[in-house]
Amino acid sequence: MGKRVGIEVSFAIAEAAKLANSDVIAAYPITPQTHIVERLAEMVSDGELDAQFICVESEHSAMSACLGSCAVGARTFTATAGQGLELMHEVLYVAASCRLPIVMAVTNRAISGPLNVWGDHSDVMATRDCGWIQIFAENGQEAFDLTLCSFRIAEDPTVLIPTMIHIDGFHLSHMVEPLYLLDQEEVDKFLPPFKYPFPLDPDHPITMGAFAPPVLYTEARKSQEEALQASREVIRACFEEFARLFGRRYSFVENYRSEDAEILLLTMGSFSETAMTAIDALRNQGIKVGLIHPRLWRPFPFEELRKGVSQAKILVVFDRCLSYGGPGGPVASEVKSALYGEKNRPEVVSFVGGLGGRDVTPEEFEQVVKRGIERVEKGIRKEYEMIGVRE
Amino acid sequence: MAKPEHEITWKDLEVGCIVTEPGNASQYQTGDWRSQRPILNKERCIQCGLCYLFCPEPCVKQDEEKYFVADLFYCKGCGICARECPMGAIQMVEEGA
Repeated sequence: MGKRVGIEVSFAIAEAAKLANSDVIAAYPITPQTHIVERLAEMVSDGELDAQFICVESEHSAMSACLGSCAVGARTFTATAGQGLELMHEVLYVAASCRLPIVMAVTNRAISGPLNVWGDHSDVMATRDCGWIQIFAENGQEAFDLTLCSFRIAEDPTVLIPTMIHIDGFHLSHMVEPLYLLDQEEVDKFLPPFKYPFPLDPDHPITMGAFAPPVLYTEARKSQEEALQASREVIRACFEEFARLFGRRYSFVENYRSEDAEILLLTMGSFSETAMTAIDALRNQGIKVGLIHPRLWRPFPFEELRKGVSQAKILVVFDRCLSYGGPGGPVASEVKSALYGEKNRPEVVSFVGGLGGRDVTPEEFEQVVKRGIERVEKGIRKEYEMIGVRE
Repeated sequence: MAKPEHEITWKDLEVGCIVTEPGNASQYQTGDWRSQRPILNKERCIQCGLCYLFCPEPCVKQDEEKYFVADLFYCKGCGICARECPMGAIQMVEEGA
């Protein structure tokens, strides 16, 4: 186990990409992701990392270059945020359907307009259905660990699915945190060299990204979906192996003080850590409340979520994204859908807040939980409520 | 591919739908998209080859008598050859007519 160091979380992710011996990094700088790729560019230029750093003219080109490099069998890393993720959008689907295991860190950022460079989950939710594995990290240690796990998961020969590791822009990306870095020997034990089974090779020509007419497109989609669903077992095994080697255990859905909780608060990303402070305060007030915080967003952890909330009466879901004209928060919407067929299911109440970098304080999380209880007890039926908005 | 495409199941597909047989697009019968077919009037044709140059498929080939003829396995019936022929030697007629 390496020693504990103070490091900016963006730099820790760059360090993970370096320890993974990334061969190619193709990226375009965008706030708040810039520090990750700046640090990697520095490592390449200083000779610390033997990799190609491809400077591109846009994120669309960044992801396109990643497709090409991954297709020849190069371990490929990139990072982006917000508008950059949107500009990559159509290429994300191609990476997933071609089964190219690119790893990408996304420093979650609000979407324009109004133009806003700060954090929320609007960018993630817009790419929900692009076919990538998507994992949320809540602190610097997790960001480092899960970036390494992402390579192992994505590149598993039975998976071969690109993977996004989400961290909250600024609230997490720009924090300096104390964390344990692994050394090269430890990482090499955990992460085998990348061996893409069908690399582009002039001696063994294949076609990638060919078209599929109506007679084949449905079968192509089904095969991609089956692979993504089946990846759960590999992700689980990867987390197990990580725990065995390094002692830090991750699961699909994390819990905090939820064992006997009648009320559960559900959050994703770094705000979960703020929410824990609120849970402690509410417990001190005698409210039997706990926190449930999913880590795996795609594939969706149905089984773990259902099990985690089955004993609760009220489930208060907090989203950092607004689905305009729809049911409120995208996470709440999916959680409701996952619980629809359950006999014992909590009442789900949806709140939206923390948009465009707005802080949500522990006191506000306390209010959210109390308002959630009030809504259920008084039978106030609303699709969702926004918190922290000035009327 | 060994199976006809309408019998291929999702389990038969290669990972990422890669095509392992180079150049197998030539097995794809685009001719069944056609609603009109080009008919060449050899009495008018001067064998200039403009239809060969303009065909976007490209499915026009020269036969033993040096006439340029569309390969109906591939010809989609777009009619560009008929439009471009300076002699009006190609006529598009309804399929099945």
